[in-house]
Parts: sequence; structure tokens; C-alpha cells
Amino acid sequence: MKDFAYVAAPDVATAVRAAADAPGARFLAGGTNLVDLMRQHVERPDTVVDISRLPLTSVEETKSGGLRIGALMRNSDLAAHPLVRTRYPMLTQALLAGASAQLRNMATVGGNLLQRTRCPYFYDRATPCHKREPGTGCAAVGGFNRSHAILGTSASCVATHPSDMCVALAALDAVVEVEDVRGTRRIPLADLHRLPGDTPHLETTLAPDELITSVELPAPAAAPSRYRKVRDRASFAFALVSVAAALEVTDGTVAAVRLALGGVAPKPWRAVEAERVLTGAPATEESFRAAADAELAPAVTLDGNEFKVELARRTIVATLRDLAREGSRA
Amino acid sequence: MRVTIEVNGERRTADDVWPGESLLYVLRERLGLPGAKNACEQGECGSCTVYLDDTPVCACLVAAGQAEGRSVRTVEGLAGGDGLDPVQEAFVATGAVQCGFCTPGLIVAAHELVHRDPGATDAEIREALAGNLCRCTGYEKILDAVRLAAAKKAGERA
Ligand SMILES: Cc1cc2nc3c(=O)[nH]c(=O)nc-3n(C[C@H](O)[C@H](O)[C@H](O)COP(=O)(O)OP(=O)(O)OC[C@H]3O[C@@H](n4cnc5c(N)ncnc54)[C@H](O)[C@@H]3O)c2cc1C
Ligand code: SF4
Ligand code: FES
Ligand code: FES
Repeated sequence: MKDFAYVAAPDVATAVRAAADAPGARFLAGGTNLVDLMRQHVERPDTVVDISRLPLTSVEETKSGGLRIGALMRNSDLAAHPLVRTRYPMLTQALLAGASAQLRNMATVGGNLLQRTRCPYFYDRATPCHKREPGTGCAAVGGFNRSHAILGTSASCVATHPSDMCVALAALDAVVEVEDVRGTRRIPLADLHRLPGDTPHLETTLAPDELITSVELPAPAAAPSRYRKVRDRASFAFALVSVAAALEVTDGTVAAVRLALGGVAPKPWRAVEAERVLTGAPATEESFRAAADAELAPAVTLDGNEFKVELARRTIVATLRDLAREGSRA
Repeated sequence: MRVTIEVNGERRTADDVWPGESLLYVLRERLGLPGAKNACEQGECGSCTVYLDDTPVCACLVAAGQAEGRSVRTVEGLAGGDGLDPVQEAFVATGAVQCGFCTPGLIVAAHELVHRDPGATDAEIREALAGNLCRCTGYEKILDAVRLAAAKKAGERA
């Protein structure tokens, strides 16, 4: 690990000031991703601003019936929070499907949002990687790419955003609140992460010194919802494909649907096309399949990840089918 | 920098700590506590598991400064004056230790589970210990150990 200056920030004002004063500084929250990346020399900041003591660890109800979640809240505490478990069960399921108990006990909401890809070449400094070092190439395209993305990729980069939590937040229309020395602003989750295009090293629309302070969830919908994750082993593995879905069926017709995908794209992927096909359609397996096909039509596959198209299709259909059954029993 | 941590109930101070050191390094190399092990240094194996303020974490991914002023309990701090902790005894009794490298981390993770939920089902035990890898035992004896320690704990509470 490269030498760096360490600043422990007691409050938000100190944190954003320290980041503004030291270009290229990184915020340290739980450290479960940043410490790893610094040790591997993938991240080489001159200054680290430790935000792990900031008092942004609460869940509050908003006036509009939603929740505001502090950015430093730990993943384990958020998953266990009674208001999250009862009103947004999909979010609890997604959080508990991620990492291990030990990691969830350190990982924070802000860090989970901004965690970097798990593309093995991004971590391996001996290989070319446009994301790590722009202009060097992409070792994944001709290499081991079984875990890589099929939607939203570019010739420059085919890495996935690996978060489970973010997939649920995408389906729930979360809004991210950020602050820097200039002030505060709100960013819909859908606009937080960028697609790679020819600048895969630019992953978000945040300025480097902007601090995520909270995440706001709109009022919950009553519809049955679920997070379903498919991976190589039953626990403690990143998603090959995951689906966050909520489905409201009235008289056999899809009245409302929220659908987001993980493990298949460079950002938490809101399945807008599938939602469009489903809304107002009969809640049947045929419609679910048509919706999955519409979403996956633009998929571009590599040698190793062709299976993800069929896996995503089946996971979408199975999740919607289960939710339709659950809704009709209610 | 100077780091002060309450370790196993005692206030401990380490001087000249480099900010890039991990909590694991501070415990092992500066405070003479080699119980928590360093295997992967990537959060993948759990052999470095310690309690940080009452929750198990991977000490290899905690920066030294993050632990400042907090309390840590390592595997060395589990046994009381009169012998091993019941979770440790259960690992011995069931033969859940082979090379032993994963054992300290597993004991801390199992200790937390047994105290939090002595009625855990097998599926819940597996999930709670998913972050701890063992390449020797095949896990069956580890499950036996946790079941035994949990049953003992449940008995105490009944
Ligand atoms: C072995 C292993 C397995 C894992 N498995 C999974 C999995 O299955 N599913 C999954 O979803 N995740 C998984 N993870 C990833 C884990 O969820 C992330 O490492 C974690 O959420 C990051 O949170 P953190 O608080 O530790 O972030 P940090 O490591 O502290 O920070 C990560 C990044 O976010 C930035 N940052 C953090 N907080 C803020 C803020 N408030 N404002 C602005 N920037 C900020 C940091 O500067 C840094 O760039 C795994 C990790 C490991 C090590
Ligand atoms: S897929 Fe992206 S992150 Fe992986 S090697 Fe290619 S450019 Fe780097
Ligand atoms: S050494 Fe920390 S998880 Fe492996
Ligand atoms: S006993 Fe050897 S790794 Fe578990």
C-alpha cells in the first residue's frame, strides 16, 4: 500500500472540507472495499478521509411516508431494521444475500453504493484494464469473462456493478443525497452510476469530493416483492444474475411492476423495457417471458457469459411467477 | 500515529502505527495477539475474525485508525480464568480442529452465533458461518461443534 495522509473526520463539515482540500482523496467508510483496493495498489489516494465515525447511522421516516437512511449505517443494521424488514422486505433480502456476516457488519450504505467492480483483471495490475488505467485495453474481452455483463457494456469495458443492495434500491426508486463544500443535492439512483462508454474509469456522476449523506426511499408499495439471487454456491458469492421485483396484479392484469437486475450490467439495471411490456398485460407466464425477452433483446455476450441471457430470462420469469401466485393468495 | 484500543477488556496503546496497517496487523504484530490469523487479507476467509464493539468483523479489512477508541475482543479473550470457553471446548470435543488455521476465526464467529441465537437451525448455522472457510474438515465436525455449544447454551438459558 502506498503512503497516505489519514484524516479522521468527526463531522460532515470536516469530511467534505478535507476532501475538497486534498484532490484525489478517498472517503473511508467500512473499508471492506477500499482497504482491499489500496492494498492491491488499485486505489492509490494521497489522502484518506475516515468517515466511519460520522453520525449518519439512523433510519428516519419522511413526511411522504418513506424512509431516510443514513449513509454510514451498516449493512447488517439496515437489514435488521424493523421498518426496512416490514416495509421493504426486498431490501433486507438483498442485503442479507450480499457478502458474509463479518463484512456486512462493517460495510456501509454509502460504501455499498460506490463499491468497485469485482472483475478479476481490475484487481490484477499485471493485466490491461481501461477502468484501472485508461487506454491500456481490456483483458476480460478475450479472457475469463464468465461473471461479466451482457447489458449496457461497451467495447472498452464489460465489468458488472457487483452490489446486491443497489439492485433493490434501483427497483425501489431510491434517491441519493450528497453534500460537498458547495452544498447539497439529490440524485435519483438511476442517475448515480454511469455506463462505461469509452470512459469506464468514470463510474458515477458524483464529483470526487462529494459525500453521500443518506439514501431516501419513497413510500412503500403494498405489492408482494422479492430479491432473488443466483450464484455459484448457496452463500457468500457474488450474483451471476439477480432480480429485484415487485408485482401488483388486479383481476388477472399487471397493475404495477418494478423490476431490476443485478450481475448483468455495469450499473444496477432497472428493467424499464420489461416493465413497459408488462404493465397492463395479463399476469401470465407468456407475458413474463415476453417481458424478459424484450429486456434481454439488446444483450451482447462474450465467450464465457452467454449462459447469463437464459439464466436472466428464467430468473425473471420464475420470480414474477412466484410473486403473481403470492399476490393471488393474498 | 498512536492507536488506543480496548483489547480483551484492557486499554492498549500502539505507537508509530502507519495508517495503512490493518487492525489485524496491529493485534498480531504490535500487541502480541497472534490468535486471529492472516490468510487471504481480502475478506474472503474469515480467519481474521474478531469482535469490534460486539460484532464480528474481518480485522484484515479494518484500517488501524478505524479501531481507535473502540473495543476489540479476540479469540484470546474468550476463555475465562477457569478454562476454555464452552465454544472452544465443543471444538475440542467434536474434533472440529485439524490444521487449526481457520479455528480462531470460526470460534469467534460461532461464539457470536451461539450467544445471539442458541436455537439456530442447521441452515442458520451454515449461513452465519458462511464467511469462514476451512480447507481441512469438510465442515461437518464444525457443525457438530456449534450444535453442541448451542445446545449447552440453550440448556443454560432454559
Ligand atoms: C469477500 C467479499 C465478498 C463480497 N460479496 C458481496 C456480495 O455478494 N454482494 C455485494 O453486494 N457486495 C459484496 N461485497 C462487497 C461489499 O458489499 C462492499 O465491500 C461494501 O458494501 C463496501 O462498503 P464499505 O462501507 O466497506 O465501503 P468502503 O470500502 O469504505 O468504500 C468503498 C468506496 O465507496 C466510497 N465511499 C464510501 N462511503 C462513501 C460516502 N458516504 N460518500 C462517498 N463515497 C463513499 C469510498 O471512497 C470507496 O471508494 C463483498 C466484499 C468482499 C470483500
Ligand atoms: S471488463 Fe472493465 S474492469 Fe474488467 S478488465 Fe475490462 S476494462 Fe477492466
Ligand atoms: S485474512 Fe481476513 S478474511 Fe481472510
Ligand atoms: S482446520 Fe485447517 S483450515 Fe480449518
